[in-house]
Amino acid sequence: MKILFFAQLGEQLGKSLEFPSSSTITVSQLREKLSEQYPLHQEQIQACMVAINQSYATNNTRIKPDDTVALIPPVSGG
Amino acid sequence: MYAIIKEPIDVGKVISSVLDPNCGGICTFMGTIRELTQGKKTLYLEYEAYEEMAEKMLQQIGNEVLEQFDCSHVSIVHRIGRLDIGEVAVVIAVSAPHRQAAFEGCRYAIEKLKEIVPIWKKEFGDDGSYWV
Repeated sequence: MKILFFAQLGEQLGKSLEFPSSSTITVSQLREKLSEQYPLHQEQIQACMVAINQSYATNNTRIKPDDTVALIPPVSGG
Repeated sequence: MYAIIKEPIDVGKVISSVLDPNCGGICTFMGTIRELTQGKKTLYLEYEAYEEMAEKMLQQIGNEVLEQFDCSHVSIVHRIGRLDIGEVAVVIAVSAPHRQAAFEGCRYAIEKLKEIVPIWKKEFGDDGSYWV
C-alpha cells in the first residue's frame, strides 16, 4: 500500500512511501507498524487522522494492499 | 466552484459564481494572512494541501450547506503556496433566498473547513518557522 505524509511528517519522513503488505490490515495495526518503524514520530503518527483513498477512516477500517493511505495531521487551513 | 489553487484568488469570480436571480442574499467570508498573533510577528505563511482530497472535502462541505440550510449555491476556493501578510487564503460565498440562511451556511462552511479539509500552514516568523 502507498502511504502519504504531509506537513511536518512529510518533511521528516518524506512525502510518500510504499509499505509492504500482502493482506488487509486495520488502521490501528498500520499505526502500530508505522510507530515501530518511526519510533521518534510515534506521537505524531497517533495524533493523525487517517484517510483511505481520500476518505476519512476510523481505527477499525480495513486497508487493502492496493489502497492509498494518507496520514492527516491536525489541519490548519483557513 | 470548489478549488484549491496556487494563484491569487479572484474574489469577484467566486462571488459571481453564486449569483442567482432567486437569491436575495450573498454572504462571503475571506480568510487573510494576519501579521500579529498574540504579539508574535508573522513574515509569511506557506500552505500545503492534499489537493485531490481537499477539493473533495470542499465539495462535501458545500453539499452539507445545501442540505442543512436554505441556501442555493456555495463556492469555496482555498489558495496554497506562499502567502504574504494581507493576502487572501480562502474565499467562501454562499447565496440564499434570504439572508439568515446565507449567514448560517457561510459560517458553517468556514468552521467545517477548519475541521476537516486537509490543508496545513507553516508559519515563518522572526524566530524561525513551524507548522501550526
